Amino acid sequence: MKAKIHVTLKRGVLDPQGKAIRASLSHLGIDGVEDVRVGKFMEITLKEIGVEEARRRLDEACRRLLANTVIEEYRIEIGE
Amino acid sequence: MKTAVLVFPGSNCDHDAYHALKHVVGVDAEFVWHKRSSLDGFDAVVIPGGFTYGDYLRSGAMAKLSPVMGAVRRFAEGGGPVIGICNGFQILLESGLLPGAMIVNDSLRFVCDYVHLRAGTDRTPFTRGIPEGSILKMPVAHYQGNYYADERTLSSLEERGRVVFRYCDPDGNVTGESNPNGSARNIAGICSEGGNVLGMMPHPERSAEEALGSADGRRLFDAMVAWLGERPA
Repeated sequence: MKAKIHVTLKRGVLDPQGKAIRASLSHLGIDGVEDVRVGKFMEITLKEIGVEEARRRLDEACRRLLANTVIEEYRIEIGE
Repeated sequence: MKTAVLVFPGSNCDHDAYHALKHVVGVDAEFVWHKRSSLDGFDAVVIPGGFTYGDYLRSGAMAKLSPVMGAVRRFAEGGGPVIGICNGFQILLESGLLPGAMIVNDSLRFVCDYVHLRAGTDRTPFTRGIPEGSILKMPVAHYQGNYYADERTLSSLEERGRVVFRYCDPDGNVTGESNPNGSARNIAGICSEGGNVLGMMPHPERSAEEALGSADGRRLFDAMVAWLGERPA
């Protein structure tokens, strides 16, 4: 089974990369972009352990390694 | 008296730290590979700078899981002096031995320059004899040295005398212009509640001799040696 994990900076934590990207988009003439937040995306392949168990293990993985919860939040999507 | 200089895959200031300790300060030093799980027999621990594990995921995120970090935690809990420099500071933050986190410099540039630091407390083993308000000159070299913590944590650090160094101008004024990376409240270094664990972005080991442009960094290691000498066995 597959899972997708999105790690993003918490609201309120400055994202210098996002700010620079937003400015670059504006230089390209791509207008109307109010804000850009840069994050990480991970695709994880798991053994068939069931959705509930997968969610439990991935939540632990996020808390202990994949995200730094001082500055980041995470979202887990479990698919087929 | 023996100091441990930890070595992880990607450490690159380990030899500088070893040199400063052994050849400049003249204290016994030994490299300790990150797979070791004991620090028995050591009196102080240096976690040097570098790019452990290539900064994969986040700076210090992988290194915090190395066996030696369990030993560092026990060593710190026992009151032993630990100094994390640059990437070593990032590892201490990721380990939760110090609060907060590092984000990318607000300039989005790798900053490599001399900075001035204003000392905030002399209660750590590394700043004993360096009174509050002293100005030290040391180099920084990092891309992720923009210290972040929530407002409550920042205020608590200040109230409890845990801000050890702030970036300042050559006269000791803590200003926006003298902040090289955007760190909250100009914070360059903090210590643990007990004061024995210090994390800092600037490099005292690279400023321990006049030939390097500053010998101010040596004061931290001299202070450590003096502190260890006075400590009851």
